[in-house]
Amino acid sequence: MELDALLLSRLQFAFVIAFHIMFPAFTIGLAAFLAVCEGLWLKTKNEVFLKLYLHWVKIFALAFAMGVVSGVVMSYQFGSNWAVFSDKTGNVLGPLLGYEVLTAFFLEATFLGVMLFGWKRVGPRLHFLSTVIVALGTMVSAFWILSANSWMQTPQGFAIDADGRFYATDWIEVIFNPSFPSRYIHMMLAAYITTAAVVLAAGAAQVLRGRVSEPTRWQMRMAAGTLAVLMPLQIWAGHWSGEVAHHYQPAKVAAMEGWWETKEGQPTILFALPDQENQRNIAEIGIPGLGDLVVGGEKPLKGLDAFPVEDHPPVFITFWSFRIMVGAGLGLLALGFWGLWLWRSGKLATPGIFHWLAVPGGALGFVAVISGWVVAEVGRQPFTVYGALRTVDSVSPVPAGQVAFSLLAFMIVYAIIFTAGVIYMARIALRGFDDAPPAANKRAPGSPLGAVDEPAETPEDQSSNAGGAAPAGA
Amino acid sequence: MDLPLIWAVLIAVAVMMYVLLDGFDLGIGILTGFAADEGERSMMTASIEPVWDGNETWLVLGGGGLFAAFPLAYAILIPAFYLPVFIMLAALIFRGVAFEFRHKAVRQPTKRFWNGAFFGGSLAAALSQGVILGAFIQGVEVSGRAYAGGGFDWLTPFSLLVGFAVVIGYVLLGSCWLILKTEGQLREGARKWARRSLIGVALAMAAVSLATLSIDPRVTARWGVSMSHVEFGNFALLAPIPIIGGALIALLWRDLAMKNQPALDWRPIVLAAGIFLTGYLGIAVSLFPYNVPFAKTVWETAARDNALGFMLVGAAVMLPVILGYTAYVYHLFWGKVKPGDGYHG
Repeated sequence: MELDALLLSRLQFAFVIAFHIMFPAFTIGLAAFLAVCEGLWLKTKNEVFLKLYLHWVKIFALAFAMGVVSGVVMSYQFGSNWAVFSDKTGNVLGPLLGYEVLTAFFLEATFLGVMLFGWKRVGPRLHFLSTVIVALGTMVSAFWILSANSWMQTPQGFAIDADGRFYATDWIEVIFNPSFPSRYIHMMLAAYITTAAVVLAAGAAQVLRGRVSEPTRWQMRMAAGTLAVLMPLQIWAGHWSGEVAHHYQPAKVAAMEGWWETKEGQPTILFALPDQENQRNIAEIGIPGLGDLVVGGEKPLKGLDAFPVEDHPPVFITFWSFRIMVGAGLGLLALGFWGLWLWRSGKLATPGIFHWLAVPGGALGFVAVISGWVVAEVGRQPFTVYGALRTVDSVSPVPAGQVAFSLLAFMIVYAIIFTAGVIYMARIALRGFDDAPPAANKRAPGSPLGAVDEPAETPEDQSSNAGGAAPAGA
Repeated sequence: MDLPLIWAVLIAVAVMMYVLLDGFDLGIGILTGFAADEGERSMMTASIEPVWDGNETWLVLGGGGLFAAFPLAYAILIPAFYLPVFIMLAALIFRGVAFEFRHKAVRQPTKRFWNGAFFGGSLAAALSQGVILGAFIQGVEVSGRAYAGGGFDWLTPFSLLVGFAVVIGYVLLGSCWLILKTEGQLREGARKWARRSLIGVALAMAAVSLATLSIDPRVTARWGVSMSHVEFGNFALLAPIPIIGGALIALLWRDLAMKNQPALDWRPIVLAAGIFLTGYLGIAVSLFPYNVPFAKTVWETAARDNALGFMLVGAAVMLPVILGYTAYVYHLFWGKVKPGDGYHG
């Protein structure tokens, strides 16, 4: 009974957080992209960048709304399903999340209103400032949440009182805990890369549909360039993050690598089916000794046999999520360089294999983000606060039936809004820039950008946006 | 410095901000179910589109702040209200995405679905917030440091009564916001909705007040009022709260029933907010010092002083800044909504 509620609560948390993280990852990157576009437009007066801004801000609005609603859920998950965890760690984690709300959430949510609806009420510079503020807000928000999560991975600056409750002894040590800098940079890069992959995919789809215009070309150039520059940096950041994990969470790294034995000359395993029960790999294919070269630190490198069995994370999930993340990252690296090469040879807007691969490649960033977080979170098991608080000791005293109900209901609700949201975003992205009304080219900032001027999907849509003019259920 | 008390006040203020600000958003969401046509519905949503997101953030501050400042209260209360909290979140999800999605739907059935989601989500969120408030007032069962009651303890006639009261109260706030933000036929309709909901609010507040007095002897003693006996010393001290509340209801009624000067369109929303404030104060006075009624006090559930102090620095700097730019954005979008003000594309 107790185990059921625990397992269901873990599944529910995994599901709602995996769903949620896609939208912040995408909007962090998109906010920065929009700020760059609007800034370039103000500086160069090139209408291409304004068109890009007006196009992508619609998708941003949809993604941001989905991020907000799934984020509100997160602020109650700790209490509803992890009440004991909340009671025990509230003194440390509470203020970090409190700072996130105070310094980031209000900023983003409030200036989003100006960004979306303020065109005719503020001047172009103030509007640009609002976009920049929203982009900065997303970075600040990620700062605090990564700090809190990293503290759960590599806790320091705390003590535990007689009741088993954590409290901070040094806030700077808590905030800037050992894994925070590498993980923050790793996540921010992941967000920018994820967005670049989506922007590239949307451009490639427009090329395949024969809807190529100047903004299409520019969005593909910018996206491919971003991937080619940031992916090598990301590989470095990922390696750095792995080094930190190896120092502080060696069991996690052993699970990621599929190392059961402590020995000299650890392999880099390409394929294996980890068998947790018998503490071994089935059908292992690896390169002996390469692990020793890639992973620094004292030799021999520890395998899982160096840790008590009850402290082992689930190896199969950690091992494979890590490989999926790396594979997705390498795919994005290839797309970036391929895209740059096509740009140089003037074929970026000519339909080809690249474009057919870049379209599904738009999902690779999300795949990497989610599988990367699975590595981080499943690899931290069986602890919620690494080495200090076990997951089994963190769960709420809620009946399993209610958790089962809420999990099932969350799945249904999220399936509905995810399907609708992706369809609506894809529709805008695929539409391209061909059908933008001619007036949009000349439109100065500060003039109305209400939906009446925008290409609507259907006549009903247009009239409803005009407000007051539409007959009911026309 | 009594940090737990300071934080109790700050979180009470955050929740109050949420109730007032998202209250009119949710009220308008409920009223879209009664809109004459799609055009009127779009004017209604246009009046809140630029600000709803910021308004909902106060709920995150309420939840996050409770976790940060009173982790034990958070750890007891949220499991106690597991299902209504879930329903509220699901409802807010539908309401929130419907702001965007209802403009994107191409086919009529999907458009109707998202309009329905906006209305239904707003109604269910308001109702579950009211039920949670009712369940909070009636108290929760605690053993040690954990919730010890059943999965459905929150569901009682009293909590349903409070749920109804909050729904009708949000409708009043929403109507008054529409009086401020719209013109012509929609404004006339809003005045009618405001009059009807004000009658409901007056009745519901009276019923909830009387029922609250009989919830727990400590509440009765605080007010000095029971069915058979009145302790004038206590009651005289607190009587201004219901008296001012009643006076504000009368003033609002006078505005809605008689005066119809567009120049005074800011008055109904201010008066309605005042009515909410008196109701909120009445509840706070009844329950203080419990933040897990009637089991744990703010001091028993508070985080350590070093956590509260660290956050207070942030709150002291950031809350004025937040209030400042929130006021700036409200100022920016001041004035009546015009056709075409609405959706961004």
